[in-house]
Amino acid sequence: MLYREAGQFKTSYAADQALLPIVQDRWFLAVLLAIAYLVVPFVADEYWLQAVLIPFLVFSMAALGLNLLTGYAGQVSLGTGGFMAVGAYATYKMATTFPDLNILVIFLLAGLIAAAVGLIFGIPSLRIKGFYLAVATLAAQFFLGWMFNKIGWFYNDNPSGTITAPPRLVMDFMVTGPRATAEVRYIVALVLVTVFALAAKNLVRGRIGRAWMAVRDRDIAAEIIGIRPFQTKLLAFAISSFYCGLAGAMSLFLWLGSAETEAWDINVSFQVLFMVIIGGLGSILGSFLGAAFITLVPIFLTNAPQMFGVNMATDLQKHLEVMIFGGLIVYFLIVEPNGFARLWQITKEKLRRWPFPY
Amino acid sequence: MLKKLAFTGLGALTALVGFLAPAAYAQNEQFIPMLVYRTGPYAPSGIPVANGFRDYYTLVNKRDGGINGVKISFEECETQYNTKLGVECYEKLKNKGPTGAALFNPYSTGITYQLIPKAPVDKIPILSMGYGMTAAADGTVFPYVFNFPMTYWGQASAFVRYVAKQEGGFENLRGRKIALIYHNSAYGKEPIPTLEVLSQKYGYNLKLLAVDHPGQEQGATWLQIRQYRPDWIFMWGWGVMNQVAVKEAASIRYPMDHFIGVWWSGSEADVVPAGKGAIGYKAGDFHGTGAGFPVHKDIIKYVYNGNAQEAKNNNIGEVLYNRGVVNAMFSVEAIRTAMQKYGNKPLTGEQVRWGLEHLRVTDSHLKALGMADFTQPIEVTCSRHNGVGGRVYIQQWDGNGWKKASDWLEPIEEVVWEQVKQASKNYAFENRITPRVCSGQS
Repeated sequence: MLYREAGQFKTSYAADQALLPIVQDRWFLAVLLAIAYLVVPFVADEYWLQAVLIPFLVFSMAALGLNLLTGYAGQVSLGTGGFMAVGAYATYKMATTFPDLNILVIFLLAGLIAAAVGLIFGIPSLRIKGFYLAVATLAAQFFLGWMFNKIGWFYNDNPSGTITAPPRLVMDFMVTGPRATAEVRYIVALVLVTVFALAAKNLVRGRIGRAWMAVRDRDIAAEIIGIRPFQTKLLAFAISSFYCGLAGAMSLFLWLGSAETEAWDINVSFQVLFMVIIGGLGSILGSFLGAAFITLVPIFLTNAPQMFGVNMATDLQKHLEVMIFGGLIVYFLIVEPNGFARLWQITKEKLRRWPFPY
Repeated sequence: MLKKLAFTGLGALTALVGFLAPAAYAQNEQFIPMLVYRTGPYAPSGIPVANGFRDYYTLVNKRDGGINGVKISFEECETQYNTKLGVECYEKLKNKGPTGAALFNPYSTGITYQLIPKAPVDKIPILSMGYGMTAAADGTVFPYVFNFPMTYWGQASAFVRYVAKQEGGFENLRGRKIALIYHNSAYGKEPIPTLEVLSQKYGYNLKLLAVDHPGQEQGATWLQIRQYRPDWIFMWGWGVMNQVAVKEAASIRYPMDHFIGVWWSGSEADVVPAGKGAIGYKAGDFHGTGAGFPVHKDIIKYVYNGNAQEAKNNNIGEVLYNRGVVNAMFSVEAIRTAMQKYGNKPLTGEQVRWGLEHLRVTDSHLKALGMADFTQPIEVTCSRHNGVGGRVYIQQWDGNGWKKASDWLEPIEEVVWEQVKQASKNYAFENRITPRVCSGQS
């Protein structure tokens, strides 16, 4: 009923190949974006923006990146945190070296640097697969973290090794630094995520995305039909790292403000991997759903006892949070091993027949 | 299937529902936020500190009826010593209470670094008591950050002074080998510049050994210690790292009385796991140890209703518990100082900042608080946010408790302050801050 596409005729190839072929989907997305752009900045307070929504957007970007690599191209990576650190340190370094360069340009340049680094660490993927590749990318994670901690040049030799986002303007708006308002940071993060989510969506349904999926499903078969595994896999690493690098830059400049390498440690890599798995491998929507689940549910669980007027000890509350969250992960994976994206798809099919299922 | 979907939908829905139920606070209460870590790898250090804070605030409420009649309300937020959770906690707590947060005690150098740029924007002062960014001691560049009674650099230089005393004078430092084992983070790296400058000045050799978060893995570090054979070891550790290091030192039979920890590495939890091996281990400190002070008797009487055993279960008298008490006392006294100017009502962060900057705790003052000889008198000024007169002493573990093992030690001020000025100048330049001018008064 709600999702009936009866009566929606496609009269051109363009209409048939549209990103969202169903009218309801288009409306849904339009309303969602309108709320995100026009309502949220005016309604949400600083806590919501700074502690809930901006981290969600940052991790959505990272999950998008990893999903391109792991979900579409089938290359398991545990180096996400490392590539995010590359993005963050590259942005910091460029922002302090070229104070007059537009910070958004720097973001993109930092993404390119992360892509280059990802390219290098992607080379082993030509020889090793699966778990072995995961271990090789784990090396990237540890090496990069060590390097940024060890070599003073990366943090401008300041005694603490902490990098701090300097204040920068974009079109008279303070975008980074302590005086940038949460609203502006949120909008910048939202624009970046919107643009690059759209890019990713288009990427995966085009030639490149199909090549990735062919390599993922059976690399020998892909090679036989004329897909070059070398270029395809490396491109996946490069583009994925670009997204992760951008996410890293966003996490330092729009969210944390000041951080050390510990902010992008191995736990971040695991977190993003979980987002992709729980959200749905090989799904753009899944990246967002996974990021929402992993970032928002713990915050909700932290606040839940007070919300319901229950006063409990801080440590008990934290332990409960960890237990419930772990339980939820197991529960959702049992209910739907293919992630939230698949659940959403099933829901859509149900809604289509609702209220007369057969 | 539909049932399954309904369940999952329910799960997702509850996650989406708004959850900002503002807790009710009375209008005439002073809200003080507490960033604590009672879980995670740093919990052994975090729990006693948090209990010390909680008990002292409760004591002030119950014994004195609040600060000049204004009750303290406080709320804990769990950070796990993690900077990301720290941000969330800060945002959550900063506007609570009738006047917002009075001041933040982050208890994590990483979180402190993150809050330092925000403090002047949100106008909430940060009291990073004996931790955080050393350069913030320069009040002209960091009006909203306070790190009295002493900075890491001051403490590192005081350790060098102590070693020189033990070796029979600064001239005997030449050629000595000192190793620094540090937590590989902003916190652990703090003392390095000072120790390097002093090594050039006095001619000792310095070896830097980093231990990565969380600090359980120290095999390689202690192998290097065995090869290097340092005459003295300094340690900047925290949480589980301390216990591991003390155990490792004991297992290679390093002379424990030549092993000195920073004041964050000198608690009961750090030495007890190593058993007898830890006897002789030393650490810096700036307040009394044990639960024998009048303030502890008051805490047992008012907070625990005379139940000494329960107080003991809540770490009373432990080094880090006492640290929490001292820190809470400074916070309360700063608010009290500010009340002299702004009146006896809940104060804003900006007003508390004035109180911190004019804080003057004297011996007679400490005595009235039941803390005579518990800590040193301190005076904070506009330009000196690390306070004037801060000193440290060395305590030693004897198997049952910490005993004072040195006199009060002064930092090597001429070297340290020079460096503070330099570092704060760099910070001001990088972040485009114009230092304010501290005239005689203000």
